[in-house]
Amino acid sequence: MPVTHHDILEGFAGKERRMLSRAITLAEREAPGFPGLYDALYAQVGTAARLGVTGPPGAGKSTLLSALIREYRAQDKDVAVVAVDPTSPFTGGALLGDRVRMQEHVLDPQVFIRSMATRGALGGFARRTHEVVDLVDAFGFDRILLETVGVGQSEHDILSEADLVLVVLHPGAGDSIQALKAGLTELADLFVINKADQKGADRLETDLREMLELRFRDHGKDVPILRTVATTGEGVSELLGKIESKLAEFGAQGELTRRRQDRRQAQVRRILEQQLHNQLFGSEAQSGRIRKEQLEDTSLPPYTQATNLLKELWGAKEHSE
Amino acid sequence: MSEQIRVLVAKPGLDGHDRGAKVVAAVLRDRGMEVIYTGLHQTPAQIAEAALQEDVDVVGLSIHSGAHMSLFPEIQRELKERGLEDVLVVGGGIIPEEDQKELESLGFGRLFGPGSPTAEIADYIETEIAARRAGEKT
Ligand SMILES: Nc1nc2c(ncn2[C@@H]2O[C@H](COP(=O)(O)OP(=O)(O)OP(=O)(O)O)[C@@H](O)[C@H]2O)c(=O)[nH]1
Ligand SMILES: [Mg+2]
Repeated sequence: MPVTHHDILEGFAGKERRMLSRAITLAEREAPGFPGLYDALYAQVGTAARLGVTGPPGAGKSTLLSALIREYRAQDKDVAVVAVDPTSPFTGGALLGDRVRMQEHVLDPQVFIRSMATRGALGGFARRTHEVVDLVDAFGFDRILLETVGVGQSEHDILSEADLVLVVLHPGAGDSIQALKAGLTELADLFVINKADQKGADRLETDLREMLELRFRDHGKDVPILRTVATTGEGVSELLGKIESKLAEFGAQGELTRRRQDRRQAQVRRILEQQLHNQLFGSEAQSGRIRKEQLEDTSLPPYTQATNLLKELWGAKEHSE
Repeated sequence: MSEQIRVLVAKPGLDGHDRGAKVVAAVLRDRGMEVIYTGLHQTPAQIAEAALQEDVDVVGLSIHSGAHMSLFPEIQRELKERGLEDVLVVGGGIIPEEDQKELESLGFGRLFGPGSPTAEIADYIETEIAARRAGEKT
């Protein structure tokens, strides 16, 4: 039975998890009525702290999230996870396997785990991620954990939704630091050396400190490095302590507010871009204003043609008002 | 493109290998589906709850333990309890033909014996979900 927006709004009020799940699907499908639903829920967004977790494949991100959830639950906090994996550009399919490491929490009514594929164009993905995380926030979780693999593709879109970014590394995977995409280092608020039970953790930490020293010496940015063994839980409560104190510090410095404002501005910009795109290229029914015949006309060179078309549109608009 | 079929692949029961489930998961992904893999030893309640959180169209169960006649109805009950009676449940593994017939008559989707071509499973899911979605729109 199709679910209505009314059902979803009531479901959010009544903490009905199936309705959160349905709402996320509508956001992912960019369903036609979704903007109205999103705006109706918007007043409830903004209470959750969002933690972005990234790092190379197999670093132990999901296992670490599971251990963090355990700690948060011991403090009676509600936790949601959004775990993102790439869509295959060739088939459109995706294999989403992060849940495997978090199964111990699946029946906990205060924990919600959702897997998400990047799907389609990257611009659209940034918009959808933002909306999905906001929906989870509006539903009412204390902490939202965002997992994404750091391979230099869509993780920036995901991590820019976070209040705090953790980069998880592990010894032994060749040269973990080399594998770190340069941009990721800039995003990191906290480094975790996971699998600290394995050989090479000391070496990794030395290399990492050296690199941070070089990069951040002049900015005075303090990026802590912690060690964990996600499989046994060793170091995880210290990590949680550090996460919470960083969040508090960012709150006091106005950094959280600044990040939220940036996100909000980027969001509205993306919405505008998309609406403009529709206004130009939408079907006649969507009152898209560039006609096929206008594009087929080759009498002018391309840039001149485009500039003229835009002038016509904006000009026409001004005169009609 | 934006309405990918979402499938939860789960391995209920106590027996220990998930090669079959992983092969099917990869085939479905290569067909353009979003496959959520949950791993070994899942209880019916865990499977149904994961299906709820992931809002899947399909739950695919891999069964080799011989416990299918009790597991399938339990999973169906757990799904129903969560308002998920519309989710298509399909299964594969070592399921004798007469059991397949009986389960299909209980409202499950198709069940696939050992050695069923994996492409057949993907075809079936595609056709069935397309039909359901078309029905929903009218
Ligand atoms: N020895 C050891 N193994 C670990 C540790 N943490 C995770 N592992 C193992 O590392 C493997 C990968 O763990 P995951 O949690 O799936 O890693 P991931 O970073 O989420 O992987 P992707 O999502 O595929 O990128 C699993 O076999 C874990 O059991 C650890 O601290 N020590
Ligand atoms: Mg993972």
